[in-house]
Amino acid sequence: MARTTARRPARQPGRSNKARVGPLRGRLSDVPALDVDELIADRGITIVVCCGSGGVGKTTMSASLALRAAEQGRKVVVLTIDPARRLAQSMGLSELDNDPKPVHGVDESRGGSLDAMMLDMKRTFDEVVESQASPAKSAQILSNPFYQALSSSFAGTQEYMAMEKLGQLHAEALRTGRWDLIVVDTPPSRSALDFLDAPERLSSFLDGRLIRLLLAPARGPARFVSAGMSVVTGVLSKVLGGRMLRDLQTFVAAFDTLFGSFRARAEKTYSLLQDPHTAFLVIASPDGDALREAAFFVERLREDQMPLAGLVLNRVAPTVTPGLSAQTALAAAERLSEDDPLTAALLRLHAERLDKIGREKSLRRRFAAAHPKVPTATIEALASDVHNLPSLREVGELVAA
Amino acid sequence: MMSDTRTRSPVRLHIVSGKGGTGKTTVAAALALALASDGKRVLLCEIEGRQGIASLFDVAPLPYEERSIAVGSGGGNVCALAIDTEAALLEYLEMFYHLGRAGRVLDRFGVIDFATTVAPGVRDVLLIGKVYEATRRSEDGRPTYDAVVLDAPPTGRLGRFLNVNTEVAGIAKVGPIRRQATSIMQLLTSAQTRVHVVTSLEEMPVQETLDALDELARLRLRLGAVIVNAVGETHVPGDLIDETAASDLDEAHIAASLKEAGVCADEAVVAGLVNVGAQHAERMRLQARQRQRLVGIQPAVVELPSLIDGVDLGGLYELADELRESQQF
Repeated sequence: MARTTARRPARQPGRSNKARVGPLRGRLSDVPALDVDELIADRGITIVVCCGSGGVGKTTMSASLALRAAEQGRKVVVLTIDPARRLAQSMGLSELDNDPKPVHGVDESRGGSLDAMMLDMKRTFDEVVESQASPAKSAQILSNPFYQALSSSFAGTQEYMAMEKLGQLHAEALRTGRWDLIVVDTPPSRSALDFLDAPERLSSFLDGRLIRLLLAPARGPARFVSAGMSVVTGVLSKVLGGRMLRDLQTFVAAFDTLFGSFRARAEKTYSLLQDPHTAFLVIASPDGDALREAAFFVERLREDQMPLAGLVLNRVAPTVTPGLSAQTALAAAERLSEDDPLTAALLRLHAERLDKIGREKSLRRRFAAAHPKVPTATIEALASDVHNLPSLREVGELVAA
Repeated sequence: MMSDTRTRSPVRLHIVSGKGGTGKTTVAAALALALASDGKRVLLCEIEGRQGIASLFDVAPLPYEERSIAVGSGGGNVCALAIDTEAALLEYLEMFYHLGRAGRVLDRFGVIDFATTVAPGVRDVLLIGKVYEATRRSEDGRPTYDAVVLDAPPTGRLGRFLNVNTEVAGIAKVGPIRRQATSIMQLLTSAQTRVHVVTSLEEMPVQETLDALDELARLRLRLGAVIVNAVGETHVPGDLIDETAASDLDEAHIAASLKEAGVCADEAVVAGLVNVGAQHAERMRLQARQRQRLVGIQPAVVELPSLIDGVDLGGLYELADELRESQQF
């Protein structure tokens, strides 16, 4: 069973006997805290998936969590997808590499370790083909123009291959004991949900009538060609052109024997994601768009019975010292703008920050109203960018604080 | 008509990309508003099924249909279209092959699903294909739209997206798909098309922008402008930036000033103000360093202010005016 609220602290003080009446509306103060250290210390958790929309700091968060877990004694491998160059360099990654490499500079005194890799989707795909087909057949597939386009440029391949690689790393971890925790970054997809659909989409396609149709000529004269089918073949050859249709048929025929194993792998990965040993973290920044995406994601994970551990709100406005309201600050700034422009500026900044905190709070309140039970951790915005181990460590400390 | 005296820009298709999170949808929407001046008609397209345009303009989710959604900042008209891949494919088949019922048969056999989700590159060809069609469409000898603005995929996937016609050309050496791909590529590389890249003044987005400019130039696409979004205003007097960043300020003096202005502030409040100032000054220095990295790049750099109250319709018009005044579009 999926444990959607597994990481929630046992009880909220003062709420134990309160029955909920009326709409299940959550308040911000009721939102449980996400304890990241508890999550990464839990040996029962072997996969952490970081997801969220683009630009919220998913890759940085994956790397920071992986580093923190390693320095607390876990044997970790982090699978990154398309990291920014300097972030990759900070982990010693200089190119796409399908084989995890140890990261240097990690404090291993507590028995942990950190390996990192950057997904090479074409090579991952090639390796799957090579491992499943005879040498002659894989050579035939690898040289098919359809396969080449599919494996290197097709917009969904990265999602398929990220999940495939996760499955491989998991199998290797079980077999060799090299790792006890896999942290996965998800691809910067059109929608943050694409990678969840990838395995399902692949299997439903492979089961589809189209494949049978395309396979028909390769399996000898089609005796029972229905009227519908001949319309389809007619249209396909008209639209694609005869040459492309033949290439496609050759590809499908060569791939035929692999379909079964591809489907099995896709289904296995999907159930791996549903496994209670997996924990999903949704990463968002405190703005309307990212929180909307995060809400979609939370709902989708629940629908698919995937174990959501919580929400990480990245780059929230840092708090200010209490005791000075925005109005007072602005009024004083007005008075001081001639005589002491510096103090006036500080007062304006203070007021601006309070406004920002207020806006973020109301966005979070709206999120919590709809999703009251999602444990949440917040991280204040850092003044500078993250691109080396010490700053990854700092992010890890902030998220666990 | 007054349109005869108007100078018409040769650029008809504006492709707006940028790193995720830099606000490319906001900038694309503001650009559409900016281009829609005196009677001009502009189409704003989105392709990723996110309904970002609808939420920006605060209207109901957009169907696969061109709808008027706003009056341009110069009095023209902005229409919006959310391109849906499946609908675009059926429309394409209907338009070029007159497949009414056959289209539905294809759907039943999973061909539509295959073409739009699994077949390499087809999805992107269809999406750009629709944009291509809208850009070229004309009514009564006049283009239907004076300009089309595309909210494109983020820079990380942009090259693959725009170059997909070449990718398709790799599988389809001849035939109708190849012909379609070739004519789309002709439009994309022509003087009628410009690619604009949105960034913020932070390290990773700037790096991604510089990388994207290289890649776009390699693909022979014409660069428009680099639009720097959400530029923070410097509040602290310029000569005090370093001291402020280092929290090296005269706290006693600040406390005295506050007292004079009628604010009762204890040490903690003063220290808090100094701290807020330090964070701000540090960010301004970072911003200045990143701005420096954009000096000397080939496309023009246009800066847009950070909208203090978040992005709403009023804010979009503010940004649109800034874009118009830059005279780069």
